[in-house]
Amino acid sequence: MELCEYTAHELSKKLRKKEVSAKEVLDSVFRRIEKVEGKVHAYISLMRETAYEQANEADLRLSKGESTELTGIPIALKDICCTKGFPTTCGSRILERFIPPYDATVIEKLRAAGAIFVGKANMDEFAMGSSTETSYFGITANPWNLERIPGGSSGGSAAAVAAHECIGAIGSDTGGSIRQPAALCGVVGLKPTYGRVSRFGLIAFASSLDQIGPITKDVEDCAIFMNHLAGYDPRESTSVPEPVPDYRDFLNREIKGWTVGVPKEYFIEGIDPEVEEIVRRAISTLEGVGARIEEISLPHTPFCVATYYIIAPAEASSNLARYDGVKYGYRSPDGRDLLEMYRKTRAQGFGDEVKRRIIIGTYVLSAGYYEAYYKKASQVRALIRRDFDLAFEKCDVILTPTTPTAAFKLGEKREDPIQMYLSDIFTISANLAGIPGIAVPGGFTKEGLPVGIQFLGNHFQEGKLLQIAHAFEREARIEKRRPDL
Amino acid sequence: MELEPVIGLEVHAQLLTSSKIFCACSTAFGASPNHHTCPICLGMPGVLPVLNRRVVEYALRMAIATNCVINRKNYFARKNYFYPDLPKGYQISQYASPLAEHGYVEIETEGGKKKIGITRIHMEEDAGKLIHDETNPMSYVDFNRTGVPLIEIVSEPDIRSAEEAVQYLRTLRDILVYLEICDGNMEEGSFRCDANISLRPRGQKEFGTRTELKNMNSFRHVQRALEYEIKRQMFIIESGGEVVQETRLWDESQGVTYAMRGKEEAHDYRYFPDPDLVAVFIDENWIAQVRSTLPELPGAKKQRFMEEYGLSTYDAGVLTSDRFLAEYFEKCAQKCQQPKSAANWIMGDLLKLVNEDKRTIKECPVTPEHLAEIINLISEGTISGKIGKEILEEAYSTGEAPRAIVEKKGLVQITDERFIAEVIERVIAHHPEQVAQYRAGKEKVFGFFVGQVMKETQGKANPKLVNDLLREKLKN
Ligand SMILES: [Zn+2]
Repeated sequence: MELCEYTAHELSKKLRKKEVSAKEVLDSVFRRIEKVEGKVHAYISLMRETAYEQANEADLRLSKGESTELTGIPIALKDICCTKGFPTTCGSRILERFIPPYDATVIEKLRAAGAIFVGKANMDEFAMGSSTETSYFGITANPWNLERIPGGSSGGSAAAVAAHECIGAIGSDTGGSIRQPAALCGVVGLKPTYGRVSRFGLIAFASSLDQIGPITKDVEDCAIFMNHLAGYDPRESTSVPEPVPDYRDFLNREIKGWTVGVPKEYFIEGIDPEVEEIVRRAISTLEGVGARIEEISLPHTPFCVATYYIIAPAEASSNLARYDGVKYGYRSPDGRDLLEMYRKTRAQGFGDEVKRRIIIGTYVLSAGYYEAYYKKASQVRALIRRDFDLAFEKCDVILTPTTPTAAFKLGEKREDPIQMYLSDIFTISANLAGIPGIAVPGGFTKEGLPVGIQFLGNHFQEGKLLQIAHAFEREARIEKRRPDL
Repeated sequence: MELEPVIGLEVHAQLLTSSKIFCACSTAFGASPNHHTCPICLGMPGVLPVLNRRVVEYALRMAIATNCVINRKNYFARKNYFYPDLPKGYQISQYASPLAEHGYVEIETEGGKKKIGITRIHMEEDAGKLIHDETNPMSYVDFNRTGVPLIEIVSEPDIRSAEEAVQYLRTLRDILVYLEICDGNMEEGSFRCDANISLRPRGQKEFGTRTELKNMNSFRHVQRALEYEIKRQMFIIESGGEVVQETRLWDESQGVTYAMRGKEEAHDYRYFPDPDLVAVFIDENWIAQVRSTLPELPGAKKQRFMEEYGLSTYDAGVLTSDRFLAEYFEKCAQKCQQPKSAANWIMGDLLKLVNEDKRTIKECPVTPEHLAEIINLISEGTISGKIGKEILEEAYSTGEAPRAIVEKKGLVQITDERFIAEVIERVIAHHPEQVAQYRAGKEKVFGFFVGQVMKETQGKANPKLVNDLLREKLKN
């Protein structure tokens, strides 16, 4: 087994025991990248030079015994996190040449932990998409089947982890953008509680929904990443000063006597029978270890997608107004006056999906429509939140499928936005409610495509999610497979 | 048909916080372009705003001082529009729930006191500035001002003349300066004003079509622009035309308003709550704490000066126009117990010295206690008023105590009747011609004798004694 195929916690032990060096681990990752990146295309840009500098530093720290569990671990960064001095494109032409003069808070934290940045992972443009097909920098393939999408918008991050082009990755999740690609690529993805991980330096798509989180090879790695990502940030007003537990404390613990809610609204028509079967199997696995399964109702579930596709574009239409060609990023050379410069810059700089959402968002905030759309959606959002509040009065966690189907074919839904939007149908609610959610591998379809199980928890209950996800991972004994690349 | 102007004013006041409203950059005026900027106020991708709480405190001061109802839960909203001086493509402002509403200020008008309603006061960030190259078709943006905190103060349409408008603006500015939250400088743009104006037949309730006036950079501009616009609208209406709703700019050099070029687009700012900022809760404690730090406001102080010190409306107005001048007066009046003399000395000789020196009263080298000493020296008869002025000048340039100057220079007033009588006799003996004139009824010559006596005594003789004795001696 190549070094790049190990998990972070396994490598961390090897690194601390000096069985391997950070440089050797990084060599292995780059060898893998050379071998498979041509097929997968998980990255927009590689940070080879600085990665080796970081590896040297990591080896120095390891030799002094000053390491953390992420010291020397090569990771991929979704290209939505600002990296000081290194291009950050957000998958868009409009930021093609943008080099941030600052690090995102999570980047600072990961640097401080000694993690090594392999490169910036591909993503849907401005995180708007569920297949990574809207990236200006080309599509990413699902490592399990190169004809299929890896999910999105953090498709590059999930594909890089699945293809062992990194050990773990950072993604961001506005409506499922961590959990959905993690599920479709057969890896673990956690969207933390809104306010748990700093958004400073995360290029905004929809500010009230965006959240950064890890995509990892297993649940233990996910806990390790969360230990380094979570925490209050005075640079973000919506950051919450809630103490951060050691998430590893939640591993290897029983879930006997827990109540696991299964919302009936999540088993709808259109859910793939194979996916449903894998979810049912997960339910019996948990029952087998003493969890009590209870059917619950989240009555406002049918309104989630509609609510989301008002609030997210509304916020995006405003967040993306700054890309006007005046200060940084792409500027059309063809504008003869200010208005034309604006129009051409944005027409040429943004892709179709981004434009579609800017137009929707502008529309729903317009005078005369605000009340009927944005305001109404905000009210429905409060009801969705209340559904979960009530549910968590009697459940420890909620279990659902992560996606209605396994990975679909490249191009299959590209021309059908509604179908594309529906692929996030099970993940959107967590963002609207601000609660945490984790996707863990639940098994494979007959075609060999991974299917994910989603657990949702109450606010700041990431620990509980990791506890049940880890228990499930232990008990389900899903066969170890490697993508054939 | 008699037409009545209806005017409402929107004032933007820059707050004197040392840092910007949502980042740590300095608010200092006059730095080289883009010197006071950071990724946050430049609107770079991924950055987030964090509210400067001092801004809320300053805005609260104004809200309390203008008798507003304060909203307990405050939200910020995004006002979306594109302009190169607006780096985020939206301005963070307040919309549905402004900080304060339903207030008023009292202004002095010819017809007495009048209340002008305050519709709302809200907090927002300032935009940057465009600099146009005169020689090239090129424009530059200076973001130093971007994110400087502002409060917008919107009045009710309660104003009925250009004079009232200026009076209202002066009142607002005096309050802001008293509260030490704005320097009130219209030329530098830290106190800006736009006006809405329409005419209607007196007695009619409905408003006429209004125009919005901009580009008025002084009180004088406001006065002239409104006067012009009233005449312009009056002419249109009286000649049977209709006023067009539009934004007009004041041209000071031509003395006219003109319609802003380009087609008037109906702006839809698409306000919505800013998801990057949380609600600001203002509780009773905070309000009480801010209230307790408020100084006495100009209006109340003026009233008190008239009642407590028996000053005229004019004197009280002058002395309370500046918070530090008022403080100076009170200290001096309390020390010398002669408020009217204190007022006269301060408004006369003292301010003359200070103004000639281009200083403010805060920087005046003569302390209020020293001025009180001069007033006391005069009233107790130690020195004459004329000597008093000399001592004030001396004290101004040296900072020495008046009593010490009097002693050092031997300026003590001569009140020895015998000595003065001797001088008078000498003067009379030397000027028989003038004596004859006086005795023949030429009263004016009396002044000549006073002058001569003062000259002989180097101005130190008690003027009242000189007068009395001279009359007596000349009678004989
Ligand atoms: Zn700044």
